[in-house]
Amino acid sequence: MTKSPSFDGRRWHDMGGELAGPIPDDQHDFAIWEKRVDALMTIASNKGHFTVDGLRRVLEDMGEDAFETMTYCERWIAAVNQNLIEAGVYSTAALATKMAQVEARGATYGEATDAPG
Amino acid sequence: MHRVRVRDYMPPGHVRTPAYLRGKTGTIERTLGPFPNPEVRAYGHTGDPLPLHRVRFTMSEIWGPAAERPDDTLEAEIYAHWLEPADAT
Amino acid sequence: MPHDHHDHLSPSGHPFRKDNDEPLTYWQTMEIAIRELLIEKGVTTASEIARQVDAMDARNPAMGASVVARYWTDPDFAAALLEDASAATRQMGFDIGPMKLIALPNTPMLHDMVVCTLCSCYPRNLLGLPPDWYKSRAYRSRTVKEPRKTLEEFGVTTSKEVEIRVHDSTADMRYIVIPNRPVGTDSWQADRLAGLVTRDSMIGTGLPAHP
Repeated sequence: MTKSPSFDGRRWHDMGGELAGPIPDDQHDFAIWEKRVDALMTIASNKGHFTVDGLRRVLEDMGEDAFETMTYCERWIAAVNQNLIEAGVYSTAALATKMAQVEARGATYGEATDAPG
Repeated sequence: MHRVRVRDYMPPGHVRTPAYLRGKTGTIERTLGPFPNPEVRAYGHTGDPLPLHRVRFTMSEIWGPAAERPDDTLEAEIYAHWLEPADAT
Repeated sequence: MPHDHHDHLSPSGHPFRKDNDEPLTYWQTMEIAIRELLIEKGVTTASEIARQVDAMDARNPAMGASVVARYWTDPDFAAALLEDASAATRQMGFDIGPMKLIALPNTPMLHDMVVCTLCSCYPRNLLGLPPDWYKSRAYRSRTVKEPRKTLEEFGVTTSKEVEIRVHDSTADMRYIVIPNRPVGTDSWQADRLAGLVTRDSMIGTGLPAHP
């Protein structure tokens, strides 16, 4: 992707009309953790803790590198987290503690998740 | 039909007006909403309700001679504050 | 236990499931942590999350296909769908949540297709989660400038006589394309017709199957 020599204000996610290669035809099935990301996003936004606009703002501010290196649901859980912290639902410290507890439960998603899976 | 031009602004931050349509002229196909302004909601505030217009453009207006077929068309939803009358200078 | 099944068992002895038994990632750890925090804070419950996952799993292109087939066979419904697609879809019994839907009927002289150049807005509450290509840089970038070349890549040949109209989902509305009813189906009932309606034909990157 070519960038103009001097920045014109156009942001990375605003892709319409850019050059790009063939449309990829690979497809993956959504894993259970990805479906839960989607569910948490829907539930927390329906309950007024953030808006989809707030999620998009964070996804855009995460930048092009995140778009290229993280999967769709990885970017979405990051944006959900940022919005929940901004809304004061929990603190970064509470998240850090919880993530350490989760990680200590086991080496796989199935071992680390409490929910029946 | 009502002819409008998309404002040719390039602000930073969260907006829902694609860059490829800025400065382009089209016609309002229908008016929807009002919907709260996403540019305000994105930062955690209550957005004032704004009319949302579905604006139809010709591909030749957007892409000039690079259009695949000049009278193919494109429609996008553009919030009212991004539009000005097409005869404005 | 037959040896040929050995590779399909996880270390804990249950059948291997890719989404449960691969190494835990940072982002999965975050999802679990957020889920548990939201439950502890009383924002949601485990059963509400499970119900939401099930509700999303239940949404799939077959729901849209039955809307299209009814449009083809029921003129009153067709008029209602054009007037207010969200209301007409809900009246068919589909839970589309707060989604605001617009139906885009193709004609012999007009072919509609849908993209979201700014992110990946999709009528997920009717058709389910979007295909990966819909979210790709290539589809988001190219569709608005070269829809005909894009359609060719999907195997859809377009006549220069037919107008292509691209819909960029930039804001609050979501779109479903109503493809042209296949010829040779005049005597078909809606249920049978729905079997011809592909997901891509409702995005505008495909056509219904041949009868």
